[in-house]
Amino acid sequence: MSSTATIGAAAGYRPGRTLSVWQEWRRQATRRRTQLALGFMVLLPLIVLIAFQFDSGGDDDNGGGEFASLIDLATSGGLNFTLFTLFVSAGFLLTVVVALFCGDTVASEASWGSLRYLLAVPVPRARLLAVKLVVALGYSAVALVLLAGTALLVGTLRYGWSPLRSTVAAEIPAGEGLLRLLGVLGYLAAGLLVVAGLAFLLSVLTDAPLGAVGGAVLLFILSSILDQITALGSIRSFLPTHYSDAWLGLLSTPVQSDDIVKGCISAVAYATLFWSLAFWRFTRKDVVS
Amino acid sequence: MPAIRSARVRRALPAAAVASALLAAAVLWLAWPESAAYTTEEQVVSVRSGPGGDEPVDLDTTLYLPTDRSGPVPAVLLAHGFGGTKQSVRADAEDLAGLGYAVLAYTARGFGRSGGEIHLDSPDYEVRDAQRLLDWLAARPEVGKDADGDPKVGVVGGSYGGGLALLLAAQDQRVDAIVPMITWNDLSRSFLPESTGADPVDGVFKKGWAGLFFGGSAGIGADPACGRFARDVCEMYQRTATTGRATPEAVDLLRRSSPSTVLDRIKAPTLLVQGETDTLFPLSEADANARGIAANGTPVRVAWYTGGHDGGEGPRSDRDRVRFLTAQWLDYYVKGEGEAPANSFTWSRVAGFDAMDRGLVTNGYSVDDYPGLSGTATERVALAGPPQPIANPPGGNPAAISTLPGGGGLASAASEVGGLIGDLPGQHAIFQSEPLAAAVDIAGAPTVSIRAASPTGEAVLFVKLYDVDEGGAATLPGGIVAPVRLTGLPADPAQARAVTVTLPAIVRRIEAGHRLRVVVATSDQGYATPAEPALYTVALGGDGITVPTVTGEPIPTTAVLWRWVLAGLVAAVLLGLVVVLLVVRRHHRRTDSKIHEEYAQTPLVVRRLRKEYADGFVAVSNVDFTVARGQVVGLLGPNGAGKTTTLRVLMGLTQPSGGEIYVFGHRLVPGSPVLSRLGALVEGPGFLPHLSGLDNLKAYWRATGRPAADARLDDAVEIAGLGDSIHRKVRKYSHGMKQRLAIAQAMLGLPELLVLDEPTDGLDPPQIAEMRRVLKRYATDGRAVLVSSHLLAEVEQTCTHAVVVNKGEIVASGPVEEIVGDSPTVRLDVSDVDAAEAVLQRLAGVRSVAGDGTNGLVVDINGTARSEVVAELVRAGVGVDRVVPRRRLEDAFLALVGDNSRGSGDR
Repeated sequence: MSSTATIGAAAGYRPGRTLSVWQEWRRQATRRRTQLALGFMVLLPLIVLIAFQFDSGGDDDNGGGEFASLIDLATSGGLNFTLFTLFVSAGFLLTVVVALFCGDTVASEASWGSLRYLLAVPVPRARLLAVKLVVALGYSAVALVLLAGTALLVGTLRYGWSPLRSTVAAEIPAGEGLLRLLGVLGYLAAGLLVVAGLAFLLSVLTDAPLGAVGGAVLLFILSSILDQITALGSIRSFLPTHYSDAWLGLLSTPVQSDDIVKGCISAVAYATLFWSLAFWRFTRKDVVS
Repeated sequence: MPAIRSARVRRALPAAAVASALLAAAVLWLAWPESAAYTTEEQVVSVRSGPGGDEPVDLDTTLYLPTDRSGPVPAVLLAHGFGGTKQSVRADAEDLAGLGYAVLAYTARGFGRSGGEIHLDSPDYEVRDAQRLLDWLAARPEVGKDADGDPKVGVVGGSYGGGLALLLAAQDQRVDAIVPMITWNDLSRSFLPESTGADPVDGVFKKGWAGLFFGGSAGIGADPACGRFARDVCEMYQRTATTGRATPEAVDLLRRSSPSTVLDRIKAPTLLVQGETDTLFPLSEADANARGIAANGTPVRVAWYTGGHDGGEGPRSDRDRVRFLTAQWLDYYVKGEGEAPANSFTWSRVAGFDAMDRGLVTNGYSVDDYPGLSGTATERVALAGPPQPIANPPGGNPAAISTLPGGGGLASAASEVGGLIGDLPGQHAIFQSEPLAAAVDIAGAPTVSIRAASPTGEAVLFVKLYDVDEGGAATLPGGIVAPVRLTGLPADPAQARAVTVTLPAIVRRIEAGHRLRVVVATSDQGYATPAEPALYTVALGGDGITVPTVTGEPIPTTAVLWRWVLAGLVAAVLLGLVVVLLVVRRHHRRTDSKIHEEYAQTPLVVRRLRKEYADGFVAVSNVDFTVARGQVVGLLGPNGAGKTTTLRVLMGLTQPSGGEIYVFGHRLVPGSPVLSRLGALVEGPGFLPHLSGLDNLKAYWRATGRPAADARLDDAVEIAGLGDSIHRKVRKYSHGMKQRLAIAQAMLGLPELLVLDEPTDGLDPPQIAEMRRVLKRYATDGRAVLVSSHLLAEVEQTCTHAVVVNKGEIVASGPVEEIVGDSPTVRLDVSDVDAAEAVLQRLAGVRSVAGDGTNGLVVDINGTARSEVVAELVRAGVGVDRVVPRRRLEDAFLALVGDNSRGSGDR
C-alpha cells in the first residue's frame, strides 16, 4: 500500500484510517444501552452494601452452601466485600453484560441499516469487525473494572482495609489479597471471553441484536446446566462453563492454579474458535439487511 | 556457583523424574483403550487349610487375564478389605489386568459366597488359603513362573487385604512383591491404642471401630451373636467389648493376626501406602511395618496419601500417585520391567478445597528417604495454660466426637474445615501457644508432656492437637486423638509426674499467625472410657510441644504440562493472527493494482452481472450497462426486477455470482477502495437512532477517515432541508426526513458516482421536484448519478439515460429522449368506437387499430400527423374526447408489466 494515497480511492481515503477504535468507542458511548449497563456496574455494589445494612442479625441461614462462607465474610473488609460482589455477579450478571456488549455490536448496526453504509464507505470488513470486537471487549473490561473498583472503594470505606479471609485458607494479607483479587478479576475476564466469542459470532450471524445477546446467554446457561449433570463424566470438561468456578482456587494457600490454567485454555480455545468463525463468516457473507 | 547449581539440579532430579513418570502414567491411563483388555474367569476354588492343612474351604475367585499377552504373564493376588468381596476390588483388578497382569481376585473366607469363618487373617486360615491360591496360580499355564510351583506373583490389598499381603509374604517366600495399603502392624495396638507406649493390655478400647467391624459381620448366618466369625475371635471381641479392657489372651489372639510378629521373615519388596485420615490404622502402623521390614534389608518404600479409613480414596492427584507407585513397584519387582523404583518417600498435604468438584485439593511432596514419624527436623512450640480440673462423665456419656469412623471424605472434609462436634465443657483442658511467627509444616507424630492427678489413681485421657486460626476456629487434623491410660497417679496435682504422650502422626501446615492448641479431654465417642465419674487435674508436663517437620520437594503435577499447553495455545493464536494479517495484506496489495484502462474514465461499467442467491433464486441473470460522466441514469423496473440486488453488488455488500463491475476502471469487489468515490442510498436510510441527524452525518464522515473539510457538510445539510430538525434524534424522524438525510449522507464529500435507490420514496411532491433539480445539477463536473426507481415518470423527468430491467435482465437502455421519444401509437377516446374504427381503417397511414376499454382505441398511425387523424374522425362525425400520444418507454414498461403487475420477485 502506497504511503501517499490508495490507488483508485477518493482523496484522503485510506482503508487503515476508516472507523477508528476511538470513533467506534464514541458511537457506542452515546448509546443509552452502554450508559445503563456501565451505570449498573457502579450501582450494584452500592445496592449490595445497602442490603448488608439491613442485617437483621440472628438469622444466620445462608443456605449452608459451599460458598456460604463468602457471604459470612463479605462484611469483614473491602477485599472480602469485593470478592462477594464478584461472586454474586460472576454467574449471570457479567455474562449478560458481556453478551450485551459483544452480541449487540454488529447486529444492531445491521438492524439499523447503518452496517451497509459503513461497508460502502468502504470500511474493510475485517477492520470493521476487529474494531467492533476491540471496542466491545473494551467496554466489557470497563464494566468488570467498574464493578470491582466500586465494590473495593465502597467496601473499603465502609468495612475498612483488612486481610482477605476465607474458610479454606489462612488469612491473606491485604496487599497480597489485592493481588489475588486482581487474579480473580483476570480469570473472570478470561472466562468471559467464551461468552464474548459466542455473542460476537451470533452478532455476525443474525440481524437481530436481541437474538445475538439472548442466544449467547441461553447457550451459556445450557452449558451450565449440562455441567451439573455428572453422568456426562469427562465430557463436562469440554463444556465452556466447566471451569467457571476455578477462580475460587485463588483463595486457597498455596494458590490452586491447575483448574485456572485449564479454564484459561478452554476460554482461549473457544474464544479463538468463535472469533475465527465470526471473521470467516463476515468477510464472506452477503449483507442483505 | 556451579556447585550450588549442580546440587540444586541433583535435588530437582528425583522430583522431575517423578513428575515426568507421573505425567506419563496419567497420559497412559487416559489413553488406555476402554475396550476390555482382559477376559475373566469365575471359579470356586476349593482349598485345604486350617492348622492341619486338611480343612476344605470354597473360595469364590475371579481370574482376570490380559487379552494381548504373548506367553505367560506375571500374576497379582488381589485381596479385599474387611466386609468386602472380590467385587469390591473389581476396578483395581481391571486396572492391573490392563497393565498386563493376570489378576486373581478372591473373596476371603467368611465373606460373600466363600465358605468358612472369619479368623482375622490368621496364619492358619486366611494366610494358608492364600498360599493354596498361589499353588493354584502356579498351576495355571497363563501365569509366568520363577521356578516350578513358584509363580511370579505380587500381592496387593488394602486394610484386611493389606494385612494378608504382609502375613502371606512372611509365611510364603514365593511372593515376589507386596503392596499393603492402609493396614495394620499390630492389630491389638490398633484396637487398643495407648499413646504413652503402654502395652495393649492397658490400651483404651477403640469401641467405635471395633463395633463397626464386628457388628457388620455378626448376625449373618446361623449364629446371631457371632455370625460368620470364628468362635475364638467372637468370644475375644465379646469379652473385650464388655469390659473395655483386653486380656493377655485377647492380645495374643490379635497379635497372631499381626505382621508385627513376623516382619523379620518378609523378604518381598514392600510398598507401604498409608492414609493420613485414618483413625483405625494410623500412620504409625505403616511406620512400624516399614522399620521392621527394612531391618532385614528388604526394599521398602512408604507413601502417604490424604485418605484412609476415614478419608476414603483421597483426591484424584493422590489416587493417581498411588496407582503409579503400585504399577512401578509391581513392574520392577514382579514383571522385571522398568527402572528400579526410587527409595523416595512421597506424601500429600491438604491445600484447600477444590473449587470444581468440591473435594479436597492436596499437594504432593517428595523427599529422598523415608524419615519416619519424627521428621527430618523438629520444632519446639511453647504452650501455656494452668493446671485444669476436668470431669470424667459417668458412663462415658456425653462424649466428644472427634471423628466419624469410616465417615468417608465427607467427615474428613468437615474435619478439615471446621471440625465436628468439639469438646464438651468441663470435660477438657486447654493448653495453647502464642500465634506462630512462621508457618510450620508438620509431618509426623508430635510429642507433648502432660501431668495428671486422679483421686482414683487412674485416668483415661484423650490428647489432641488443634490448629487454631486467627478467627479462633479450631481444626483437628485427620480427626485423630491420642488415647492414654495413666495409672499410679497421685491425688495431689503437685505430685503428678510428667509423662510424654506421642500424638498421632499428622500432615498439616500450620500457617503463620495460627496457634497450636493441645486439648486433654476425658471422653471420646470412639473409645471405651471408665464408667465411674471422677475429677482429674491435668497440667502441662513441660513447657511446650515438639512437632516434627519434613521439608520436601513439591511433586510437579500435570499442572506444569497444562501451563505449557496454555502458553503454546496463546502463542499459536498470536502466530496464526500474524500469519492471517500478512496473507490478507499481500492479497490486498495484489488486488489494489489492477486497473482496466478502457474504463478508467467511466464512473460505472456493469458487465454480464449475475447474482444467484444461496437458495437458488436468480435475482439478476444478465445485466449490462454503463454510466458515463455527466449522466443521470435511471434504473427502471418493476418491484423485484433485480434493481436493488444490482445496487447491493455495486456497493460491495454482496458478491456477484458472475460478471464484473468496474468503477473508474477498478474492478469492484466488497471493500474495494474505489467505493470511496461512490455515494449511496440503498434499501432505505440507515442511521444510529440515538444520534441527531447532524451527528449521524458527522459520525459517518469520520468513519471514512477522510479530511473533515472534504465533507461539504453544509451543502449536504442544505440538501437534506431538515431545518432545525437536523439537531433532533433520528429516532424521532419521519420516514421522509430520514430519506432526505440519507440522500444528504450519500452526497457527503460530493462522490463522483452517486447511487440512489428509490430516492423519492416518502417525499412529498414539492420535495420530489426539488430532488429532480438537485440530481440534474449534481451530474455536472464529471460526476454521474445512478437512480433506481419503479416509477416511470420519475425516471423520465430526472434522467438523461435509462436502463429498463425486468426479471433480472435488461430490456431497454439508452438516452431517455431516444426511448421516451414519440412512439407511432396514439390513444384516442372517441364517442363511437365502431364508427371511428371504420374511419381509421380507411386511412392510408394507419397500420393497426385495437380497442382499449369501452370507448378507447389504440391506433398505430405510423407517422401520419395526429391532427390529420383527428380531422378525419371529426369529419366522419365521430366525437373525439381525448388524444394521448404514447411514448416508447411507457410502451416498453407496459409491455413488461401491463398485463402482469406481479413483480419478478414473485417468479
